[in-house]
Amino acid sequence: MKFKALTALSGVLAITAAGAVSADPDDDTLVINGEIEIVTKTAAPEHMEYIDEVMSGWHFRSDETQAFELDDFDNPGMLFVEQAMDVWDTVEGEKGKSCADCHEAVEDSMKGVRAVYPKYVESAGEVRTLEMQINDCRTNAMGAEAWKYDGDDITNMVALISSVSRGMPINVAIDGPAEMMWEQGKELYYTRTGQLELSCANCHEDSYGMMIRADHLSQGQINGFPAYRLKNAKLNSVHARFKGCVRDTRAETFAPGSPEFVALELYVASRGNGLSVEGPSVRN
Amino acid sequence: MKRAFTAAIAATILAGAAMAETVAPGDVVYEDGAVAASLTGAAGSADEGATVMSSKSIGNCISCHQVTALNDAPFHGDVGPTLDGAGDRWTEAELRGIVANAKKTFDESMMPSFYKVEGFTRPGTAYTGKGIDAADITPLLSAEQIEDVVAFLVTLK
Ligand code: HEC
Ligand code: HEC
Repeated sequence: MKFKALTALSGVLAITAAGAVSADPDDDTLVINGEIEIVTKTAAPEHMEYIDEVMSGWHFRSDETQAFELDDFDNPGMLFVEQAMDVWDTVEGEKGKSCADCHEAVEDSMKGVRAVYPKYVESAGEVRTLEMQINDCRTNAMGAEAWKYDGDDITNMVALISSVSRGMPINVAIDGPAEMMWEQGKELYYTRTGQLELSCANCHEDSYGMMIRADHLSQGQINGFPAYRLKNAKLNSVHARFKGCVRDTRAETFAPGSPEFVALELYVASRGNGLSVEGPSVRN
Repeated sequence: MKRAFTAAIAATILAGAAMAETVAPGDVVYEDGAVAASLTGAAGSADEGATVMSSKSIGNCISCHQVTALNDAPFHGDVGPTLDGAGDRWTEAELRGIVANAKKTFDESMMPSFYKVEGFTRPGTAYTGKGIDAADITPLLSAEQIEDVVAFLVTLK
């Protein structure tokens, strides 16, 4: 089941780990609208050293929360996808263009895109998140204003673009020109921050399946993003989630859209290689 | 009037005495992870300790530990071991060391260090996400609160 870095464990903790009976992630399967099969558990990608099976955060939620994702009519995140669909066709900016003018039908042109982002964009000479790419289209191709990096407009658009790739395997490249940033992201993932001195790995690699107060810790995967959270009743972006988790270590966070969070997103996305694109997901 | 005045003086003297005895976070002496002497020079209150451990805004220990004696408080986590029987497994000095800085007992422990003010990466001002000047960092628990928690833990037999 769960690999631990046994060498790092003291005798005391080894006993502890064996004795802790946790609420394990369940074995349910997710098929959306009776037709889109979502891979929610699969063998971990080769670069993962301490985990042998990767799992969507969906497995760690209650049956009631899970059920929202079974049908698009029940998934509140899809309301925002519909809003973004209107925006897709709306002309904005000095050049008098809409997204559709360049990209036509979103179901066709954007299929598969979510699965490979963040990625190194040759023409730009940098690793880009979907948000960065969208804002580049807005400012350069449309002559419109950039959206706020983790604002509702852009997050809804990311959800639309994700939704048309649902069921496709995440396949983020970590070698070649992306490698340096990937290494930086990995470093951040394992750095213990804030006065609580907790790293992403402490909670989402060493302790997934366990309870931290009322929360059932998942692997912190991002295949389900943007995520509609019942808690704030809107779609939440990857960087907004990162910010919340870093804040919870009593640390000074990085800003959404910062190079650090872009690197972290690339790394965390790659930890989900092989899982299906699932966004917009529903979480609590 | 006069009584209030004397009480105020008495309080000042007491506070002075407590301050003189309180061991600062940087001065705590750990021996194999254990801390022999009370950080305040006095014994703590087990009742207060129970409050510190179960309050989300104070120690929040139960977010990671199950403690049967604190079952009135909701949502005990299981990231750490149950603390039932901790008073049998550890001496008072060992418990004080674990609460003050668990990493001295358990290498690389996930448990936060509750009586420590330096050596953090990107420390922030509580849960605001904003940074903090190193000089303004206070320990997660005060010396009194640590002693209260220790007084409670030793009762877990
Ligand atoms: C103190 C513990 C803790 C730390 C440290 C932490 N997280 Fe989380 N994280 C949580 C909790 C609790 C949740 C909500 C339950 C869940 O999905 O695990 C969560 C959720 C998430 C999710 C949403 C998963 C989903 O499927 O909806 C992501 C992504 C995530 N965390 C990433 C990170 C990253 C990246 C870091 C480091 C920068 C990090 N977390 C650090 C506690 C933590
Ligand atoms: C973020 C999680 C976390 C929090 C919060 C936390 N602990 Fe722990 N604690 C642990 C872990 C994990 C261990 C196991 C030791 C190790 O790291 O190997 C532990 C071990 C202990 C032990 C030794 C248990 C035994 O019998 O072996 C005691 C005592 C203890 N903690 C007390 C406390 C107290 C008191 C507080 C709050 C003031 C607290 N802990 C807060 C994670 C936590």
